[in-house]
Amino acid sequence: MSKVLEVRDLVTKFYTFDGVVHALNHVGFDLDQGETLAIVGESGSGKIVTMLSLLHLLPVPPARIEAGQAIYYDDAEPIDLLEQSKSEISRIRGGKIGFIFQDALSALNPVMTVGRQISESLIEHTAMGADEAKARTIELLEHVGIPGARQRYRNYPHQFSGGMRQRVMIAVAIACNPKIVIADEPTTALDVTVQAQIVDLTKQLQDEMNMAVIWITHDLGVVAGIADRVLVMYAGCPVEIAAVDDLYEHPRHPYTMGLLGALPRVDRTETERLVSIEGAPPDLMEAPCHCQFVWRCPYAFDRCWQEIPPQTEVDQRHFATCFYDIEQGRPRQDG
Amino acid sequence: MMNQTANAQSTGLLVDEELDRGLWPKVVYVGRLLIRDKAGMLGLAMFLIVVVAAVFAKPIAPHDPLKQNLRVAKTPPAWTEKGNSDHLLGTDNFGRDLFSRIIYGSRVSLTVGFFGVLIAGSLGLIVGLVSGYLGGRVDNVIMGTVNMILALPYLVFVVFIAAILGRSLLNVILIFGFTDIPIFVRITRGEVLRMRESGFVESAHSIGAGKIRILFDHILPNLIGPLITIATFEMSAMIFYEAGLGFLGLSVPPSVPSWGNMLATGRKYLTIYPWIATFPGLAIVFTGLGMNLSGDWLRDVLDPRMRRVKR
Amino acid sequence: MAESNNAPPTSNPDAPQAEPLVRVERLKKHFPIMRGLVFSRRVGAVKAVDNVSFNIRRGETLGVVGESGCGKSTTGRVILNLLPPTEGRVLLDGIELNTLNEEALRRLRPRMQMIFQDSYDSLNPRHSVGKIIAEPMVIHGTMSGAEMRDRVVELLELVGLNAHHISRFPHEFSGGQRQHINIARALALNPEFIVCDEPISALDVSIQAQVVNLFRDLQERLGLTYMFIAHDLSMVQHISHRVAVMYLGKVMELTRRDDLFHNPLHPYTQSLMSAVPIPEPKLERKRRRIMLEGEVPSPANPPGGCVFHTRCPIAEDICCDEVPEYREVLPGHFAACHLADDRSGSKIET
Repeated sequence: MSKVLEVRDLVTKFYTFDGVVHALNHVGFDLDQGETLAIVGESGSGKIVTMLSLLHLLPVPPARIEAGQAIYYDDAEPIDLLEQSKSEISRIRGGKIGFIFQDALSALNPVMTVGRQISESLIEHTAMGADEAKARTIELLEHVGIPGARQRYRNYPHQFSGGMRQRVMIAVAIACNPKIVIADEPTTALDVTVQAQIVDLTKQLQDEMNMAVIWITHDLGVVAGIADRVLVMYAGCPVEIAAVDDLYEHPRHPYTMGLLGALPRVDRTETERLVSIEGAPPDLMEAPCHCQFVWRCPYAFDRCWQEIPPQTEVDQRHFATCFYDIEQGRPRQDG
Repeated sequence: MMNQTANAQSTGLLVDEELDRGLWPKVVYVGRLLIRDKAGMLGLAMFLIVVVAAVFAKPIAPHDPLKQNLRVAKTPPAWTEKGNSDHLLGTDNFGRDLFSRIIYGSRVSLTVGFFGVLIAGSLGLIVGLVSGYLGGRVDNVIMGTVNMILALPYLVFVVFIAAILGRSLLNVILIFGFTDIPIFVRITRGEVLRMRESGFVESAHSIGAGKIRILFDHILPNLIGPLITIATFEMSAMIFYEAGLGFLGLSVPPSVPSWGNMLATGRKYLTIYPWIATFPGLAIVFTGLGMNLSGDWLRDVLDPRMRRVKR
Repeated sequence: MAESNNAPPTSNPDAPQAEPLVRVERLKKHFPIMRGLVFSRRVGAVKAVDNVSFNIRRGETLGVVGESGCGKSTTGRVILNLLPPTEGRVLLDGIELNTLNEEALRRLRPRMQMIFQDSYDSLNPRHSVGKIIAEPMVIHGTMSGAEMRDRVVELLELVGLNAHHISRFPHEFSGGQRQHINIARALALNPEFIVCDEPISALDVSIQAQVVNLFRDLQERLGLTYMFIAHDLSMVQHISHRVAVMYLGKVMELTRRDDLFHNPLHPYTQSLMSAVPIPEPKLERKRRRIMLEGEVPSPANPPGGCVFHTRCPIAEDICCDEVPEYREVLPGHFAACHLADDRSGSKIET
C-alpha cells in the first residue's frame, strides 16, 4: 500500500483580537492509497481545521499555519501542500483532492445548475471540452444514484432533497477522479436511513476508484462501519491513531476510552449508566504546556501537568499521546 | 504550572468567576469593544464633539450668533488672505460669525434629532408591538397603513406639512416625530415576529407565562437593543432632513441659527462667498457621520450574544 | 434536600398500572397550507400528526423516534397544548387538557413541562440564570422571595451547577450547561411529566452522556415521567422503557425497548434498526442492511394507504389501498402493519 498523504507536526493558530487560538498542536497522520481514515473529535477538537489548513481554505489573517508539512504523493513528484501557491493549490483542490462539505445547500452554488457546477469542475481540471464534460456529468449523476440524471442535470440545488443533494456533492467531489476525498461530516444532517445509503455509496465509489477517503465525524458508529484507520483528536491535539479494530477493542488513551464508554448502543439492552467524561474541553486561547486532557482524565498524575506527552507507539501502527499506560495500569516507564 | 484558572475549570464556566462583578468590569468591557472598533471610536468622538458644542455653546462661541455687523460682512475664513482671526470661519452676508452660528446650530439639530426620535420611537414601539404580537386583522390593517405612508415620497410629504404648519422648532420636531413612526413600527414588528417564534418565548409559554408577561418581560427587553441602534440612524437622518427643510425655508424661523437656515442663506453666494454655505454643510455631514458610526458600534455593544468571552 | 417533592414514590412502570399518567387519544395536528395573497384559501394540509394514540405510565420513559417529517416534535408540543390539536384529546392524570380554558391550562402547567432542543434559543439572553429558573415560581406565585432563592440554589445543585451561577447569563455557559439550566427550570415546580424534545442532539457525545445520566438520576429521585423525543435510536433505546416509532405523522410501532430490538414487527422499525450504526467495527462491517429506496415523502403529500408503502420492501397490494389498523399484535406490543402478526409475517428477509 503506497502512501498518498503524510502530514507531520501541523501547527495552526488564529490571531484574533481577544487572543491567540491554538487550534492545532502538532497534528500528524498518514494516509495510504485506497484507505479510509476517520478523524474523530468533538467540537473544538480541530478536526476540520486540519483539513482546511491542508487545502488553504482558512482565511489567512487571522489564521496562520505556523509549522508542519503535508506531503502529497502525486504520480510525479511528492509536493508539500502547505508550500503551494494559490494557483497551484486551486488546481489541486477539486482536481486531485475532492471535498465533500457537511451542508450541501450552502456548499453548492444556489444560482447555478447542478450540472453546470460539475461540468465546470471537469473543464477546469481536465482537458475536456464542454460536450464531453456534459456527458461525463450525466454519467456521474447516474453513478451516484440520482434517478433521471439527464433531466436533473438542469436542476438547481434546492430542488433536491437532502440525501440527493449529498449525492450531488459526492459527484462534484469525485468528478475529476481525485486521489483523495475529504468528507466533512457528510451524513450528520441526514436521516439515519439516508445516512446508510450515503455510506454505502461512498464505500462503493471508493472501491471502484481506489480513492483514499478522509472521513471527518463525531459519530463513532459510522466510523466503525467505514474506517480502516482512526485518528482521534482532542482540543487541537492528536490523541490516538490506530487501525479501527485496534482502537475500539484496545483503546490506549483515556479520552478514547471515555468516548467509547459514553456511547449507547442499540443492540445493548443493559441499563448501566453511560460513562460520562466530567468537565469540559479546555480553552484554546492558552498555549498548551501540558496534556490538554489532564483536567478530565481519571489517570492523570504529576508528569501529565508538567509536559506535553509525545506520540508514543504502543502497538503496531497504534500511537497514543499519553504518559499513562492503560494496559499496565501505571505510568509509562520509558523516557 | 497550570495554564488555566482552576476556578473557572471547576465551575466549568466559560468566564472567570472574578470577571463581571460590579460596574468597573463592564466599563472595561465597553472600553475594549471601543478600542477594537476604530470606526465606532471615531464616531463616538465626533458625536461627543457635537454634543459638547451644543451644551457649552455659550462659553465656546466667540460671538453672539445673532449679532449682525455689516462692516465685517462676507469676511472669508481666518486662514485666507482677506481673513480675520476674530472670525475663525468667516462671516455671512449680515456679518454674523459663522463659527458661533454653527455651534449654536448644533442645538437645533440635536434637539430636532433627539426629540423627533423620542416621539417616533415611543409611538412606533407601541404600534409595532401591538401589530406584531396580536397579528391577524389588526396587524394587516396597521401594516397596510404603514406601507401606504411609506409609499409617499417622504420629503415632499414633509415639505407639504411644514408649509401648512409654519415655521417653529416645535413644528419641526412634531413633523419628524410623526412622519418617522412607520419606520419604527416596521422594525419593532419585525423583531416581535421573530421573537414570537423563538425558543425562549416558547419556553415562557410552556411554564405558564401569560401574554402580558411574555410581552413585557421577554420581548420588550430584547427590543431595546435594535431600537436604540435604529434610533441613532434615524436621528442622523433627521438632521439631514432638518437641513433640507431649512434650505427650503421651512424649518425654524430665520432668526434662529440652524444649519439648514444657514444653507439657505449661503446658497445665493455659493460661487462668490462659498464658505457661508460650505461650513454648515460640513457640520451636517460631520454630525451625521459621527452618529452613523456610533450607531453601528452601539448595536454591537447592546447585543448580548456578541459579547465575546474573555479569560 | 428539603421536602418539596410532592410526586408519588417511584413506581415500577412494568408492573400492571391503574391509570396511566398521560393518555393520548386519536391525536391529530394538521397545518393548513394557504394560497393567495388577499383572499387566502386552504389548498391542503401538512399532516404533521395523524391519528396518534398511546399511553404513558407514571414513572416510565416513553421514547419517541423517527426521521424528519415524522411529527414527533409536533406530537410533544400538542400533548402539552403548546399547539392546539386539530382533533383528538390528551388527558393528564385524567384531566382532559383540550377542554380547559386558558387560565385553567396555565395553572396546570407546573405539572407538565418541556425541555427544548436548542439550549441557547430557549433561554432569554437578557435574563440571568437565577431569574430564568425562578420564573416559573414567580408566575405561579406560591413562594416568598427567600423561599424562591433557596429553591433556585437547590435546583442548581440538583443539576450539578452551583450558587455562583445565579447572576450569570446564558451566553457564559457551554451547551451542556445550558441544558442543565433548562432542566433546572423545568423542575422548579415539581412537575410530574416532562416532554424532552431532542434535548441532547446539539451536544457533544461526551456531554450527551452527562445530560442523559442526569435525566435518569432525576427520574429515580423524583419519580418523573418522561416522553423522550429524539432521532438517535441508540440513545432512545438506552434511556427508555418503551419506545414508539413514528413515520409521517403516525405511530408505526410501540413496545418495550427490548422487544423493539429483538422482535421488531414493523418493516420500518426493522429498516431503522438495521441502519443505525453500532460502534463495534467487526459487527458493523458484517451487518446486512435493509436498504430503503428513496427518501421520506413530504408530510404535505403523504402516500395513500399505509404511508410507508412507497419505501417498504415487502409491500403488497393491500398496503397501497388500505390504512393499516394500529393494533396490539402481541401483549403490550402495538404495530400498524397489515402483515404483522404474532408470527413473522412482517419480517424482511435479509
